[in-house]
Amino acid sequence: MRLLRHFQWDKFVPVLAAATLFIGSFQHEKFLTTGNMTFLIQSIGEILLIAFSMTFLIVAGEIDLSVSSIAALSSCALGYTWQHTGNIPVSVFVALLVGTICGAINGLLVTRLGLQSLAVTIGTLALYRGLCYVLLGDDRLKPFPTSFTSLNYKGLLGTWVPYVVVLLVVFGVAFGITLHSTRLGRWVFSIGQSKDAARFVGIPVRRVVLGLFVSNGFMAGLAGVVYTIRFASARPDGAVGMELEVIAAALFAGVSIFGGVGTLWAVTGAVFFFGAIRSLLRLNDFTANELTIVTGSMLLLSVMIPAIGGRINTYRASRAPTVAESAGVQIRPHTDPQPANP
Amino acid sequence: MTTVAPVATPPPARPASVLAGRATLLRRRELPVGIALLVVLVGTSISNHRFLSSQGRTDLMLAAAITGMVAIGETFVLLMRKVDLSVGSTLGLAAYAAGTAIKDGGDGQLLKAFVVGIAVGLCVGLFNGLLIALLDLPALVVTLGTLYVVAGIQAKIVGGERITADHLPADFISFGVDRFLGVPKLMWIVIAIGIVASLYLRHAHSGRDLYAVGSNPPAAALVGIPVRTRTIVAYLVSGGCAGAAGVLFVARLGGVDANAGGGYELAVIAACVVGGVNIFGGSGTVVGALLGAMLLRTIGFSLSALSIPEFWQQAVNGALLLVAISADRVVTIRRDRAERTRHR
Amino acid sequence: MQAPVLEVRGAIKRFGGASALSGASLRLQAAEIHALLGENGAGKSTLLKALAGVHRLDAGEITLHGHAFEQGSTKRAREQGVTVIYQEPSLFPDLTLAENVFVGRQLRRAGRVDWAAMRDRAAELFARLGVTLDPDRRAAGLSIADQQIVEIAKALSIDAQVIVMDEPTAALSALEAERLMDVARRLRERGSAVVFVTHRLDEVFALCDRYTVMRDGATVADGIVADSSPAQIVQLMVGRELTDLFPKSPATIGKVVLAVEHLTSRGQFEDISFDVCAGEIVALAGLVGSGRSEVVRAVFGVDPYDSGRVLLHGEPLPAGDPRAALRGGVALVPEDRRQQGLFMPASITRNVAVTVLDRIRRRGLIHRRDERVVADEWATTLQLKHSGLDEPVEQLSGGNQQKVVLGKWLATKPRLLVIDEPTRGIDVGTKAEVHRLLSDLAAEGLAVLMVSSELPEVLGMADRVLVMREGRLMQELSRTDATQERIMLAATGQASVG
Repeated sequence: MRLLRHFQWDKFVPVLAAATLFIGSFQHEKFLTTGNMTFLIQSIGEILLIAFSMTFLIVAGEIDLSVSSIAALSSCALGYTWQHTGNIPVSVFVALLVGTICGAINGLLVTRLGLQSLAVTIGTLALYRGLCYVLLGDDRLKPFPTSFTSLNYKGLLGTWVPYVVVLLVVFGVAFGITLHSTRLGRWVFSIGQSKDAARFVGIPVRRVVLGLFVSNGFMAGLAGVVYTIRFASARPDGAVGMELEVIAAALFAGVSIFGGVGTLWAVTGAVFFFGAIRSLLRLNDFTANELTIVTGSMLLLSVMIPAIGGRINTYRASRAPTVAESAGVQIRPHTDPQPANP
Repeated sequence: MTTVAPVATPPPARPASVLAGRATLLRRRELPVGIALLVVLVGTSISNHRFLSSQGRTDLMLAAAITGMVAIGETFVLLMRKVDLSVGSTLGLAAYAAGTAIKDGGDGQLLKAFVVGIAVGLCVGLFNGLLIALLDLPALVVTLGTLYVVAGIQAKIVGGERITADHLPADFISFGVDRFLGVPKLMWIVIAIGIVASLYLRHAHSGRDLYAVGSNPPAAALVGIPVRTRTIVAYLVSGGCAGAAGVLFVARLGGVDANAGGGYELAVIAACVVGGVNIFGGSGTVVGALLGAMLLRTIGFSLSALSIPEFWQQAVNGALLLVAISADRVVTIRRDRAERTRHR
Repeated sequence: MQAPVLEVRGAIKRFGGASALSGASLRLQAAEIHALLGENGAGKSTLLKALAGVHRLDAGEITLHGHAFEQGSTKRAREQGVTVIYQEPSLFPDLTLAENVFVGRQLRRAGRVDWAAMRDRAAELFARLGVTLDPDRRAAGLSIADQQIVEIAKALSIDAQVIVMDEPTAALSALEAERLMDVARRLRERGSAVVFVTHRLDEVFALCDRYTVMRDGATVADGIVADSSPAQIVQLMVGRELTDLFPKSPATIGKVVLAVEHLTSRGQFEDISFDVCAGEIVALAGLVGSGRSEVVRAVFGVDPYDSGRVLLHGEPLPAGDPRAALRGGVALVPEDRRQQGLFMPASITRNVAVTVLDRIRRRGLIHRRDERVVADEWATTLQLKHSGLDEPVEQLSGGNQQKVVLGKWLATKPRLLVIDEPTRGIDVGTKAEVHRLLSDLAAEGLAVLMVSSELPEVLGMADRVLVMREGRLMQELSRTDATQERIMLAATGQASVG
């Protein structure tokens, strides 16, 4: 029954995003301008990059709350390395490496020690953020070369399209195909549905989960690099709150927090949707706080509406018995409308 | 067919159970936390004599009190295998509401502050509870959404107008730092609430129901436990505690700004986990949560006292949390293995 | 006949368009053990649910002691004295046994929970049931057999008049099942009516006084057990004559496929050596806990082992590596279908295809069409009853679920099939199908290693029987030599009576 719900909803979300863009263009004349679109894409760039791999993790039944800290740490590492070597490519490499290692640490704690990912990543969230301060103290590193930071302003091949789009398209397609059309993707869904059964069909569960955390760390590191370019600075208190936005978008897109269900295009749509709404609201002079309220409300509505809809359906018609019931696994008792007894 | 004659055993004699009780005290999950706390306290104060000076103790206890207050409420929710991520934002909003309510009214408004603060907390808790209990929505999602909404509301209401100490009545501010018998009054309040909560969870049948729900949610519904009601109550408690903590917060700090309370939720959950509250529900105590809060704050303070550069502190905090979780896990695995009954 | 304690008449229950009950009836007397029989899908579960208070009947009536039974509330059902104990009892692992017995209705004194009273009363109940369990221990880690005892104690503590046990012996060893049946007899002595739902006819005839047979949602017969025979009852359940329930046709025994040499895993099994040849069905018999499933999981690689080796077609199989086993042509149908054998929320297609993803992928990509082809092939071969290949397997009946598990493993075209409890919790009709399938596969050259706790199944299907006890291989019996007594003797190390 839940799968049925998701089947419709996850196709709907990208449509919703497109619709918002469409309606927005009428609502405010500045909405569909290249300037605004550039800004929109840039503002969701980091979130979307992380969301690509976070979706895998959530579908596998895990979670990673430390992504913001990983992004910040990568950013600081980038700055630190630049400060000491003056070499940008090396610094970027180091940043990505740092992200990957952070992801690996998360993964090892979860797979080797069998700890719950929620608890572990709460810990590493603090640890990695702390390491940012260790690395940079209280400073903010500004002096990046303009050749690097101007990447943010120059469009792709002279057009208005920001360079980030390349990353988004490449990684989006790669992650999307992997999740939905490869063996690894099938494995991820299987792990989320039943770790035990996955082991029994020969899926190397620990290795896969470790790999997902590593990949998540890498993408968070990449997001950190993009962030650094965007703000032309590396600071220990940057990149805060990304994990909540990513998770909010994933949940809105119908990815089940319990694992085993989700689609990447819906998550992409959800991130765009949130971004578009935020952009619209900003243009209409909503404050940042109001945006936060709107995001939270939308998240709540996204889960409330299907639940209420489901309740109405159940009230109207009786459900077909599932084998879960006949095998003795109980579902919460609900009150049927009182039948007339002869 | 073979028939095996069963052996009837008499019920275990009373003295044996008492003895068993003492033995289990040694095996309780809270004990390592208490020991760790003592170790850190003693170790740090040996190294830095001023750590446990009068002022040092007071600061430490005040910080621990506020975290502890929220942790009490969060425990109720965690026991049921749920979570409340909105406590940080609730704390901030309640702090601001309480501050605003007593702002220009002079002395003697302590009770009013608490009423307002707790009321705010209860409203948020009720909202969470209704959505989670009645619509069966995942707690993570709902409280995440509430976190956003409440934080936004708080920031919006506060705007740039923070409340500072000059706005607040003098007796309120002094309440925030005064001590009674050497222990800050705020701490006494938290201890008192903690005791009440502990007794409730141990001796009230509705309290025991929380453990049952967390231990096996579907079975709990089947045996007739009113799961929905208990869930709503748990979130009311969580919200109420966060609200009360907000009042303690504004009293202690003498002010509130737009971001107050942000990030608190993770510290609180960490405190509970370190204190032996199972993040998956079914076991844990308020005492453990309070000890966990105390331990985490103590570690934070002791890092300063040991002259560990401030920059390292957050990192160390995080690392220690991981150590605590890992150690807890190892203990649990060992115990589960020992308890498994062999098939005959 | 005396007045019945509980009576169900003309029960009708529909879900959506389908009819689960279409005229079921049941008459229970006090102080009797009553067998409720019927294939999967016959409606037993729905009837039990109605008694448990989970469902309300659409039509028909239930009377308890002559009064109308209040339906639709599990709480009210229990308060009226009717309890249902499920196949997999659901205790609260973090609570003590005493708390489990009194969960939701803790004993109180002066408004506070009375721990001492609960502890004493629980101990008393356990003693009355003839078992040794410490009321102060946590429920975590308790064996299923012990969990059931706690559930029964719970039923006693509320003075249940009607205690329904839904396939209680399915997951128990022979010894534990015996203990349970003793408990049922004690319940009868104290005047309760016990409903015993089981697929095992030997239990029916050993334990029960009267029986009711259901088929297709209605009651087709009831009567006194002593006046009937297994063949008669089976015919009533199935509606047709089953001459031979477990046909194993002879097959040419080929070369050794699996050779296990001195396999040891500390604490679980020791020095296990045996082989399985192509065309053979080798059964691992013994009590639950004797280590059979552990051996089989170690062979397949899901669990590690300490010493010894496993040879597949003469080549050593690396330990702890299920993928290597898969590649070598080994398939393992696990004991716990729901947790280990299937991905419950996933579709039939996904479940069947998951083992052969390697083979169907083209240039690294998996096409849904190809998955569906595989699923379709096996659904047809196994005569799976379903309403569409996209149906989530959790909506299938137990027998059909087992077919999905078999399908996904047979799709790998294995050379060795290891199957743990092939027909547990499956109705008689499907059981025969599974056995015929295994027999046919063996005839085609498949080597089969079967773990089974059902002696009739072992005796009927196996070419050789290996009996394990407490982690050791005690005896090997050929098909001609194997008898129930010999197997039980080796399995328990006790002389049996009768």
